[in-house]
Amino acid sequence: MNTKKGSAFMQQLVYIGPVFLFFLAIIIVPFVMGMYYSFTDWNGVAGTVKWVGLDNFKQILTDDPAFKNSFWFTTKFTIVGVILTNVVGFLLAYILTRPMKGRNILRTVFFLPNVIGGLLLGFVWQFIFVKGFATIGDLTGISFFELPWLGSEATGFWGIVIVFVWQSSGYLMVIFIASILNVPKEVMEAAEIDGASKLQVLRSIILPLIMPAITVCLFLTISWSFKMFDLNLSLTKGGPFRSTESLALNIYVEAFTNNRYGLGTAKSLIFFIFVAIITLLQVKLTKSKEVEA
Amino acid sequence: MERTATRSLIALRLIVLALMGLLFLVPFYFLLVNSVKSLGDILTNAAAWPEVFHWGNYEKAWKITRFPQALFNSFIITLTSIVLIALFSAMAAYRLVRANTRLNRILFMTFVAAMVIPFQSIMIPLMQVVRFLGIGDSIPGLVLCYLGLGVPLSIFLLHGFIKSIPLEIEEAAVVDGASPYGVFWRIVLPMLKPMLVTVIILNSLWVWNDYLLPSLILQSQELRTIPIATFAFFGQYTKQWDLALPTLVLGITPIVVFFLFMQRYIVEGIAAGSVKG
Repeated sequence: MNTKKGSAFMQQLVYIGPVFLFFLAIIIVPFVMGMYYSFTDWNGVAGTVKWVGLDNFKQILTDDPAFKNSFWFTTKFTIVGVILTNVVGFLLAYILTRPMKGRNILRTVFFLPNVIGGLLLGFVWQFIFVKGFATIGDLTGISFFELPWLGSEATGFWGIVIVFVWQSSGYLMVIFIASILNVPKEVMEAAEIDGASKLQVLRSIILPLIMPAITVCLFLTISWSFKMFDLNLSLTKGGPFRSTESLALNIYVEAFTNNRYGLGTAKSLIFFIFVAIITLLQVKLTKSKEVEA
Repeated sequence: MERTATRSLIALRLIVLALMGLLFLVPFYFLLVNSVKSLGDILTNAAAWPEVFHWGNYEKAWKITRFPQALFNSFIITLTSIVLIALFSAMAAYRLVRANTRLNRILFMTFVAAMVIPFQSIMIPLMQVVRFLGIGDSIPGLVLCYLGLGVPLSIFLLHGFIKSIPLEIEEAAVVDGASPYGVFWRIVLPMLKPMLVTVIILNSLWVWNDYLLPSLILQSQELRTIPIATFAFFGQYTKQWDLALPTLVLGITPIVVFFLFMQRYIVEGIAAGSVKG
């Protein structure tokens, strides 16, 4: 009996021990430390940490225009980005699940930007916006291309949105395609025989039946766009004058450029609370709309 | 009436697709074409086909970014991280499913809950931990961080998969005299292959492309990964597009080649990973 218990303990240790240690050291410990530091004036140098109570939070919420600005920027970006990527991703999937020539090549093309990291993509697009768009503007005279791309708040915002959609919609396309192909053929055929139009089939059959995929895609895009960092860094660096700074970049700058670690961890905590609330709300909302065929 | 409607619908669909395809490919055209032009030619007309091919651009970019070194570092970091994440997560997920104790249920819930924590929320104190453990500015240290950050999602995916494997197969192996560890190595691990492919694909895209974490941990120039080397280049040579574009092409090529070869697995992996999301 005893040896059996001993071996169960041993197995627990061998199988879960390593993972638990990594998880503890890399996620749990920093998470708890961050909560503590957010109530201090820590500046990154150990030994000079003073408890300041809620001062950091007070400062962030009442006296930090850059943070407020980055919050609205991120919120706007999330709303626009989530809608556009999902619409484009679904549209591509919807069209590309029809039998047609060159379907697989097109799927490859649309997915391709996704395997390239945000940082490199941002730099590629910096060139497209600054030089490519200017050239197209010169050749065609279309004023859209002659805007000061990435040079103003509005063009910076839409610039990041464009690249985000270009990068992410292929990923959503893959998820939507898998889901659309799972819609039972009989249901679609029955609807067609009953004389339902394409739009009716889309609205009353496809959309309700792919609700799980929509949940996943919304979940992914909300979390990507709310945490967006790489694209921001390589496209605008938050400029001009911190007008296109995302929350993630704002936290980064606070800690690693301004060396105000206490303030940075307080922002991190607020950031975490936002992410957690949005994700839970969204999953709950969309899950309640799921139906089965 | 009905037929013309369908026909115009098909035409519309084709036009939308063609336009979208073009939109997706044009940036690559600009990137490739201008990477072999002189700076003067880029500035006069970025849309034109190059008159003279300046392959020397690539030679310079190759040397400035120390491309072979960066490629090697990215490769080693990604390979080690994904193999260890996959192995350790499979072990943990197996135990969490098969030993359904209260402790293990709590552990699993903790892993799942931790998936909500954004990296930026823990990065500042994490650097403190890294300093305390003395693993800063080293590849093993970076890999250790990837292990901690990568296991929650991987355990979650594998956990769902293992639950669907019937217990009878393992029981039969035990009757045949296999040890508890033998059952895992020889019976369970091979059966996990489909989900392991998903776990490996998702993690390799993430680790390969990650910029923020390595930029915080690695300082030495000889440890630079491709994203870090690219970022460092842009910090040094702003507006020198004749060198910047070949640098970007070099940086993008390995992952694009990987994608083209592994396309089937990547696409299936993402679809499979999302079902459990």
